[in-house]
Amino acid sequence: MIEIEKVHKSFKDLEVIKGVDLTVQKGEVVSIVGGSGSGKSTLLMCINGLENIQSGSIRVDGTEVHAKGTDINKLRQKIGIVFQQWNAFPHLNVLENVMLAPRKVLGKSRAEAEELAVKQLTHVGLADKLKVFPGKLSGGQQQRMAIARALAMSPDYMLFDEATSALDPQLVGEVLDTMRLLAEDGMTMILVTHEIPFARDVSDRVAFFREGLVHEIGPPDQVIDNPQKPETAAFLKSVV
Amino acid sequence: MFDYTFQWRTALRALPDMLEGAVVTFETAALSMIFGVLIALALLAMRETPNLATRAVAGTWVSIARNTPALFQIYIVYFGLGAIGLHVSSWAALLAGITFNNAGYLAENFRGGLKAIPDTQVRAARSLGMSSFQAYRLVVVPQLLRIVFYPITNQMVWAVLMTSLGVIVGLNNDLTGVTQDYNVRTFRTFELFALAAVIYYLIAKLIVAIARLLAWRLFRY
Ligand SMILES: Nc1ncnc2c1ncn2[C@@H]1O[C@H](COP(=O)(O)OP(=O)(O)O)[C@@H](O)[C@H]1O
Ligand SMILES: [Mg+2]
Repeated sequence: MIEIEKVHKSFKDLEVIKGVDLTVQKGEVVSIVGGSGSGKSTLLMCINGLENIQSGSIRVDGTEVHAKGTDINKLRQKIGIVFQQWNAFPHLNVLENVMLAPRKVLGKSRAEAEELAVKQLTHVGLADKLKVFPGKLSGGQQQRMAIARALAMSPDYMLFDEATSALDPQLVGEVLDTMRLLAEDGMTMILVTHEIPFARDVSDRVAFFREGLVHEIGPPDQVIDNPQKPETAAFLKSVV
Repeated sequence: MFDYTFQWRTALRALPDMLEGAVVTFETAALSMIFGVLIALALLAMRETPNLATRAVAGTWVSIARNTPALFQIYIVYFGLGAIGLHVSSWAALLAGITFNNAGYLAENFRGGLKAIPDTQVRAARSLGMSSFQAYRLVVVPQLLRIVFYPITNQMVWAVLMTSLGVIVGLNNDLTGVTQDYNVRTFRTFELFALAAVIYYLIAKLIVAIARLLAWRLFRY
């Protein structure tokens, strides 16, 4: 379970997250939608401790992310994140990209890590690209590799930050399909996305983010199809 | 009016000694590169610290190394240290001078290389549970190595050529030193220095060729 309570986060004088409350249950898929600059990416990075917070608390399975004594590297092993820019490691081939963290962080043997990596890469449809370097892959393939790389750590949670926003339109579908499979497998996910139909499809709940706050949250048939707040309606109108 | 007759035999007789000098030249340059790279890494780290004094020292080093003649840098090590009672050998002064120069140039190259690696790479590595040190060692450094590989090669060639400045502080067993010794004794200036130039040229070309080969083995992407 991810419990976000009254979180405030500023960059210098600029307050970006202004008291967010959000709880994500095990097995739940929560989509976050909202305008650019509303703090969605920042919130995701706070959840796995890539950004610090000024006040409030974020707990993952009861562990306080930003507490002094927390082993953040350990905690991150169970929170996978996929970014908008796919961030492949260019000096490693596809297989090595996915094997790196299982080997160096989890201490798995080469054989174990390879088996794990091949399994995940097969899952995302890259079984025939194992020895290829990322520079030779399309954006969609690189993003699927990034998903496999995160999944190879066997995380309990997956965070997606606009995973398809930097892709050519014809490549969006393959990545969304991969994410959909993951949701169907019961992965607990928080996904920031502008793909509203997709969010409606896979989400248990949708949160509309506005100016650093959860402005409206509820099941997709409420937030997307029948928004209670005028700002939510206005935003949805602007993205379709 | 031009009665200089070429006598290549004299130069060729000097060749074995010159080749021995070439070995000293190469070794000195290689050593200055090893120290240069290590100091450059230290300078790089120093320039990233919040401590103002540390940053100033590193910044000054880089600035002086890059903006004054290498010849002066060697001269100042030899006579400057001598003036404060620290007598160093010609060879040590040359090595220190070139190392100083290498470190300055390389530090700047490394800094540029580091800037070329987006911090999203570190973020991606950290998000997979890597420690900060692991992220640098496994993700940043291998990429940095490729970026700075050719600048390092260039600097190595440059270091070889800079060793010829040892003669101004009295070094006599490197390629230029040996050549100069023969020159003083035989006055076959053109032949001797032409031959030395060819040897320098071949060393430089050899370094570049080896670097190419290494890069081809090392960088597969
Ligand atoms: N590292 C940073 N330093 C300073 N400001 C930042 C930084 N990251 C994000 N911001 C600012 O925080 C605000 C929220 O950004 P972000 O979380 O990326 O929004 P979103 O993902 O919803 O588009 C923006 O105004 C952005 O400029
Ligand atoms: Mg964003």
